[in-house]
Amino acid sequence: MSTPRNDLAGTPHTDRAQVRPRYPAPSFARSVWLVATREIVARLRSKAFLVSTGILLLISIGSVVAGSIASQNQTLPKVAVVGAAAQIVEQTESFTTVKADDVATAEDLVRDGTVSAAVVPSTRADALLGVRVIALSSPPVGVLAALSVTPAVSVLEPTSRQSDGLVYLVSLGFGLVFFMSAITFGSTIAQSVVEEKQTRVVEILMTTIPVRALLGGKVVGNSIMAFGQIVAISSLVAIGMATTGQISLLGTVGPSILWFAVFFAFGFIMLAALFAATASMVSRQEDVGSATSPVLFLVMIPYFLVIFFNDNPTVLAIMSYIPFSAPVGMPMRIFLGTAAWWEPLLSLAILLASTAVVILLGSRIYSNSLLRMGARVTLRQALRG
Amino acid sequence: MLEIRSINKRYGTRKVLTDVSFGVDGGRLTGFVGANGAGKTTTMRIILGVLSADSGTVLQDGVPLSSDDRRRFGYMPEERGLYPKMRVGEHLVYLARLHGLSPASARRNTAELLDRLGLGERTGDLVQSLSLGNQQRAQIAAALVHDPEFLVLDEPFSGLDPLAVEVVMSVLSGFAAQGAPVLFSSHQLDIVERLCDDVVIIADGEIRANGPREQLREQHSSPRFELRTAATAEWVRAVPGISVLDLSDGVAVFEAETDAASQAVLRQALDLGPVTSFSQQRPSLATIFKEVVQ
Repeated sequence: MSTPRNDLAGTPHTDRAQVRPRYPAPSFARSVWLVATREIVARLRSKAFLVSTGILLLISIGSVVAGSIASQNQTLPKVAVVGAAAQIVEQTESFTTVKADDVATAEDLVRDGTVSAAVVPSTRADALLGVRVIALSSPPVGVLAALSVTPAVSVLEPTSRQSDGLVYLVSLGFGLVFFMSAITFGSTIAQSVVEEKQTRVVEILMTTIPVRALLGGKVVGNSIMAFGQIVAISSLVAIGMATTGQISLLGTVGPSILWFAVFFAFGFIMLAALFAATASMVSRQEDVGSATSPVLFLVMIPYFLVIFFNDNPTVLAIMSYIPFSAPVGMPMRIFLGTAAWWEPLLSLAILLASTAVVILLGSRIYSNSLLRMGARVTLRQALRG
Repeated sequence: MLEIRSINKRYGTRKVLTDVSFGVDGGRLTGFVGANGAGKTTTMRIILGVLSADSGTVLQDGVPLSSDDRRRFGYMPEERGLYPKMRVGEHLVYLARLHGLSPASARRNTAELLDRLGLGERTGDLVQSLSLGNQQRAQIAAALVHDPEFLVLDEPFSGLDPLAVEVVMSVLSGFAAQGAPVLFSSHQLDIVERLCDDVVIIADGEIRANGPREQLREQHSSPRFELRTAATAEWVRAVPGISVLDLSDGVAVFEAETDAASQAVLRQALDLGPVTSFSQQRPSLATIFKEVVQ
C-alpha cells in the first residue's frame, strides 16, 4: 500500500471520499441489543459464571429432592395389636402394626421397646371403641390422638393459611435467591463497567454509540442472565416438586413464585443501573467494592428483614411497597394470602416508576464519570457533569 | 475537510485549550505535534465528541458535526484498550457492527484488515494473549474496521517496533490516498516529518504553527546555504556578504546577507568547477518545533 504522498499535496481528493460505503448508524435499540449480546456471550464464556450457576442449580434441585426423601422416609410408629383391635388400628393408617398372639405378648413387646404402645381388645363397658391401650411409662399421646374422635372445628380469624415452618422456608428462599442473584449479577455488571473504563475500551465505545445505549445494553444483558437464572431455578424447583409428588406444595407456592419472577425482573433492572452508575465513578477493580457498597446494603436489608420479620404483617406490608424490598416483600404477602388483588399491581407500578427515575439518574452519573480517570468521582461531580 | 474553529476548554480553573483553530484536509495526513499536556488528547476528544468544548465548533464541509457524522469517524485513543478476553476477530466484528455494518461486511472488513496488518493468523486468539506490538496493530484495526470517513489517532506509533511502524505508516497513507482526512498526534517528530503533508504544532493549549509541512519549513528557514563542488571551496570566504559557518574539502555551509550574495557564490562556483549541489538548508521539524514552542 505505498502511495505517492507528496504528489497529493495541494490536490484534495474529497471527491473520492464519496466512493466509500456509507453505513447507516444502527438504531438505538439495535446498539443496545449488540452490547447486551456481547455481555451475555462474555458471561457464558466465563468459567466462574458457569460453575457458580451450576452450583446454584444443584443446590435448588438438591433441596427439593432432600425434602421429598425426608417426607417419604418418615417411619410410622409401631404399635402391637391383638385380635380384633388390629382392624381399628389399621383404619387410622397412622401406624405400622405388629400382631401379637395375646395381651401378655403385647405387653412384652411394649416393655422391650419393640413397639411404642399396644392396642388390645377390651370387654369393659366404658371402652367406647372396644379397645384398651397399653403403654410403658406415660399415656401415648400420638396413639390416643389417632384413635380418638374429634368434633368439627371452625376458626373465625385464621392468622395464616400456611404453617410456620413453610413460611420460614419460603421467606428464606425468596430472600436468598433475590440476594444471591442481585449480588452476583450486580457485581458482575459493576466489574464489567470498570473493566471497560480501566482498559479504556470505553473511549472507543463512546465514540461509536450513545453512552445511554452502552449502559442500556449492559443492564439488559445482565438482567436477561439474572432473570434466566431465576427462571431456571424456579422451573427446576417446580419440576422437582411435581416429579417427587409434592404437587400440593407446588400449588401453594406457585403463584407467589410467579409474582416473584415479575418483581425480580424490574427490581433487578433498577439495581443493575445503580451498580453500573456507582461503579463508573471509580477507575480500578480494587475500588469497585467500596464504590458499590451502598447498593449492596440496599440489597441486604430486605434479605434480613424478610427473614426476621416474615411473621410481622406491618413490616411485610411496608416492605412490599418500598421498591428495593418489594421483590421479596410482595411475593411473601401473596404467599401468606394477606395481599388484596390490587396490591401487587400498585406495588409494581411504584417499582416501575422508581426504576425509570433510577435509570435516568444512573445514566447521568455513568456518562459523566466514564472519562474521569484516576481519583474517585464524587457524586456531586457525577450528577453535575 | 474538517475544520476546528476557536475551541476553548477549561478543567475547573485550569485553561487547557485557548482558541484552537486548524483544518484537516481530505486525502492528506496531518500530524498533530506537542509536548505532553499541551492539549492534543483534549482536542482530539472534542473533535470526536466524547468531551464537549466550552466554546467553539467542529465543522465538516462547513456544517457542524452531528453524533451520526462522528459515528463514521475512526478513533484510536492514546491509552490503548480492547476487551482482554475477547478474540481479536470477534472484537473487530463487534466494533464494526456497533458502527452499523452488517454481519457479513463486518466479517469481510475484519478479515481484510487483519491480513493487511499481518494479524491474519491471530484472528482467533484472545486479545490479552497478543504481544504488545500486535495489540497495537489490533488497536489500529479497531479504528479502521468500519471504513471510517475520517481518522483520528492519538499517538499511533508509540510502542510500535520499527517493522510495525512501517506497516502502520503504509496503512495510514493508503487510507489518506483514498481521500479521507487523517489526523494523528505523535511525539516522534521524525515520523511526522517523513509521513505528514500538514503539521499542526500545539503548546500550552495554543496552536503555535499550522500548515503544509514544506511551507512551514520554508517559513522557518534561515538564509543558510550548502554548496558542494568538486574543487576546494576556500574562496567562498572572500565573497562579500557571506559568512562561512563550516568549510571542509568541497563543502561549504554559509549564511548570505542577501539573495544576490548567495547567487554570486553559485555563479562563481560554476565558473571554478562542477557543482554537485547547491541548496538552502531547510530546518528539520524538530528545529521548528523547538523554535515555536518557546
